[in-house]
Amino acid sequence: MKTLLAKSFALLWNKKFAGIISTLAVVVAVFYLIEQAGMRSDLLVRMGLLAMTPLALAAIGECINEKAGTINIGLEGILGISAVLGVVGARLFENGIMGLLIGTLVGALIGFIFAIISVYGKADQIIAGMGINLLAMGMVSYLLLSVWRMPYYKLPTKFLVSPIYTPLGRIHPVTLIAIGAAILSQIFLYRTLFGIRVRAAGEAPEAVDVGGRSVYRIRIIASTIGGGLCGLGGAFLTIGWFGFLTRWIIAGRGFIALACVVFAGLEPLLALGAAFIFGFSEGSARWVAITPEVKEVIPFYFINMIPYIVTLIVVAIVIGRRGFPQAIGKPYIRE
Amino acid sequence: MRVETMSVLFRVIQIFRSGLGKFALPFAESSIAILMGILIGALFMIVLGYDPVAAYFALFRGAFGTVGGWLETLAFATPLMLTAITFAVGMKTGIFNIGAEGQVYLGAVGAAWVGGWIALPTILHVAAATVFGMLLGAFWALPAALLKIWKGVHEVISTIMLNWIGYYLAIYLAIYFLTGPRGEITKAVMVSARYPILVEGASLTSILFVAIVFCIAIYMFLWRAPAGYELRLVGSNPRAATYAGVRVRRAILFSFIIGGLAAGLAGAAQVIGRSPSWALYTNMSNVLNLGFIGIGVALIGRKHPIGGVFAAIFYGGVLHGGRFMEYYANVPSELVMFIQGIIVIALAVPELLKVLGVRSK
Repeated sequence: MKTLLAKSFALLWNKKFAGIISTLAVVVAVFYLIEQAGMRSDLLVRMGLLAMTPLALAAIGECINEKAGTINIGLEGILGISAVLGVVGARLFENGIMGLLIGTLVGALIGFIFAIISVYGKADQIIAGMGINLLAMGMVSYLLLSVWRMPYYKLPTKFLVSPIYTPLGRIHPVTLIAIGAAILSQIFLYRTLFGIRVRAAGEAPEAVDVGGRSVYRIRIIASTIGGGLCGLGGAFLTIGWFGFLTRWIIAGRGFIALACVVFAGLEPLLALGAAFIFGFSEGSARWVAITPEVKEVIPFYFINMIPYIVTLIVVAIVIGRRGFPQAIGKPYIRE
Repeated sequence: MRVETMSVLFRVIQIFRSGLGKFALPFAESSIAILMGILIGALFMIVLGYDPVAAYFALFRGAFGTVGGWLETLAFATPLMLTAITFAVGMKTGIFNIGAEGQVYLGAVGAAWVGGWIALPTILHVAAATVFGMLLGAFWALPAALLKIWKGVHEVISTIMLNWIGYYLAIYLAIYFLTGPRGEITKAVMVSARYPILVEGASLTSILFVAIVFCIAIYMFLWRAPAGYELRLVGSNPRAATYAGVRVRRAILFSFIIGGLAAGLAGAAQVIGRSPSWALYTNMSNVLNLGFIGIGVALIGRKHPIGGVFAAIFYGGVLHGGRFMEYYANVPSELVMFIQGIIVIALAVPELLKVLGVRSK
């Protein structure tokens, strides 16, 4: 028992975890202050969880992806494209859940294509990822204008997927999926044979190759899974949360998810924690924006900056780069 | 005497041929990437029931078919060649600087403030507005540079965050401090702060020459000045650069600052160098996406300042022609952004030519 305690303490005192825990402590302190001020913090938590979900899904996907050695900075683009096509799918099948599914498939497809380009084309992954972002910027507004003939589309309420009642309050099913995905992918990466191969593909691709496994195939599968999770996050944004679609809907979330990945050092569970912190900052920004006393003092534009400023500060405090796979971002060339 | 002339001529031919050889392969690669973008764009139009032939015909005819079209194309190209510099100089230093977008906003705000609210004699006013815009652009590049140098924060994350912060900051500044009689637009800059219009009725002004001179200056700096050589050395091999005694951090800082100056100038160009609005829209609509399009332009121009000028003229034409495409073929002009994404992805693949069966050395 004593050793177990010591072990878990040592685990918690690990620097990576210390960052997360101290930040979570700040979050709890903020909650306490809000409760003391006589305001409702459950609304804030609910908003934070909603804002966390797309970030967490994208970040978890990217963790798996980067563990296998491909780095995809096109998360922003995947979120955008799957947000639009998810809505198209929901309209087509007249069902919100089908929309989420279509979004996931679209994300997986983009992840797959990206992997093909970077594995077989030996592409510069950073540039290719940026290409996805640029492509999505055009595609989102192009689809909006050519399918619905206007730059704004409001989803009929019947297509929305709404939160469900659980013992812990109203939680969105996709949020639960995100939490489940974080736990499962942590187990998957460290406790299954394929997960170990995924990590090996990022650390020592030659060894995987010598061991008789295809690095290419592993990277393609990892990228496809990562894209699929990101796609679910994108479809969730429109179908599960906002209920409308504009060209600005993603608003840098893909890059905040990348910040989560850096912050978490590629650990899916930590990425979930990081996503909650960033989601919480976004949720509180939205919450502040609708609070009448604050609205009059601080211009709306400054409140909108909060998530980005928080991201910048958090990333500056927690130095990334630590614990990244050896072969990340490098195309594997068989000899 | 005669032999000397011959040898000089021979030398010129030699330089020309080697230069052409160096030029041919990148040109072919860029052309193939553009072609792929156009083809996939056409496919995407067919899927949604548009006529791609009519659309592209309208686009290229609108952009390059008339003298007026060329003038507008050049007006569109002016800021793009500058934001392309931001990305290209970053890439030369091994930095993925995608912060031009936010720096453009701040540059435009700076130019709109000096141009619209401070009275100065004419030439001085133009210069002051330009320089202030550039400085604000560079100022907005600084946080990303310092975070990179001190903390190792990856510039992809920091520059995008700064873009969004800059977006809201610029809107705030424009609405609260710079609006004129009309709410959706800042007060038009004074006549003394405007660059002279080149041809009556066109929106092109002489800031085009300023932009081109700036591009040439950056080219000279990168390939002729010792500091520029250090920048490129850091980009091609940071470890070797460290051994050679190059101050890597200083090179990175320089790279960000040059990028910021270029992007700030691009923002200023849209405000004090573009008729007929001579102002900044408070929703940023006349400076929107210039920084992101600059990324594609820089890649089409092979991350080279002079290549960027030509790529910018091409892409300026696409942007201008996009409006004709929208008018004559009903295709939303946002499609050009999509095509750019395809071009960038295609350019990321180094073996594109090999894939398509063209032999390269």
